[in-house]
Amino acid sequence: MTDAIQKLGDHVLNKRGGFGITSKIAYGELTLSAAPDTIVGLLTFLRDDQVCKFSQLVDICGADYPNREKRFDVVYHLLSLHRNQRVRIKVEVGEETPVPSASGVWPAANWFEREAFDMYGIQFSGHPDLRRLLTDYGFSGYPLRKDFPLTGFVEVRYDEEQKRVVNEPVKLTQEFRNFDFMSPWEGAKHILPGDEKATKP
Amino acid sequence: MGVSQPPFALTAARTGVEGGAGVDPNDPFFLNAREALSEKGFLLARADDLITWSRSGSLMWMLFGLACCGVEMMQASMPRYDIERFGAAPRASPRQSDVMIVAGTLTNKMAGPIRKLYDQMPEPRYVISMGSCANGGGYYHYSYSVVRGCDRIIPVDIYIPGCPPTAEALIYAIMLLQKKIRRTGNIIR
Repeated sequence: MTDAIQKLGDHVLNKRGGFGITSKIAYGELTLSAAPDTIVGLLTFLRDDQVCKFSQLVDICGADYPNREKRFDVVYHLLSLHRNQRVRIKVEVGEETPVPSASGVWPAANWFEREAFDMYGIQFSGHPDLRRLLTDYGFSGYPLRKDFPLTGFVEVRYDEEQKRVVNEPVKLTQEFRNFDFMSPWEGAKHILPGDEKATKP
Repeated sequence: MGVSQPPFALTAARTGVEGGAGVDPNDPFFLNAREALSEKGFLLARADDLITWSRSGSLMWMLFGLACCGVEMMQASMPRYDIERFGAAPRASPRQSDVMIVAGTLTNKMAGPIRKLYDQMPEPRYVISMGSCANGGGYYHYSYSVVRGCDRIIPVDIYIPGCPPTAEALIYAIMLLQKKIRRTGNIIR
């Protein structure tokens, strides 16, 4: 399998190498990275090329790295049922610069990009209908950004006088408390149970 | 057939809950009712009792499955638990239902529609809040997109704890609601 994706990565680099595309293989998976202005060309190539034939767009998602200069990653996952292969493409993008929309390549990209826009505020240029997808009507802010507070800014309540549901600033009777001190995701400082038996690399 | 038929009293009990207490055919209640019917041909009852009896015996509940609690709610109306034994039948329209079972996480986006549907239900109307999420936000209490309890939007009669509550718990809630209707029942709208 690693052989096959190695060949695939080399093939893409041979054909599209002039566009600043790089490839990396990690954990048996092929990851390509591209720039925003070359992404649609690369996606179209991956869809139409006879060696690739990635006819299926599995997902488009975002990722937030607040410490980076270009803070967002837009990640495309493709599947080729013809060749039984998958590929991941990453595009680094800043808060202000838009990414060209992939909805002309796969119609499925339409809602994926709307979701990425909703959750991260990533702009997609040339998108036919870039509205919010999941959050409440009139919602402001981008909830999956790292600097978005867990509880958000507003909460809803039915107002008996106005006879409608109103938005109000959040008022919590108790702050969120985290008791999971053992979580490896929270950067535990101690040796995790069982790790003392492992050999040091 | 070698198996002898069980006496009437036992079959009557078995039509209710399995293992329920047997009904004594010589119970004074039945004797009185039988005598009144055969002697006079009619029964006397208070109007309040009759109205609350019929009201609690036909609780059309509105389908409002929002999350995994909805599966438990469906389960309660399926043959194993069968809440139609208590006269509680599912109804797809708010205009034809008496009780709304809020089963699952109520999100901010759904808050407006749930109030609209509640307002469309005819009086008298009741609300059962099913599961932790509907009671007070539950697992999603600190989320930016979830209402911290559906009682912030609509008035609730019965709260069912659990995540999700079992179908038995929902049946118990319906029985509690029937009790509440019998206790507080009136014909004032």
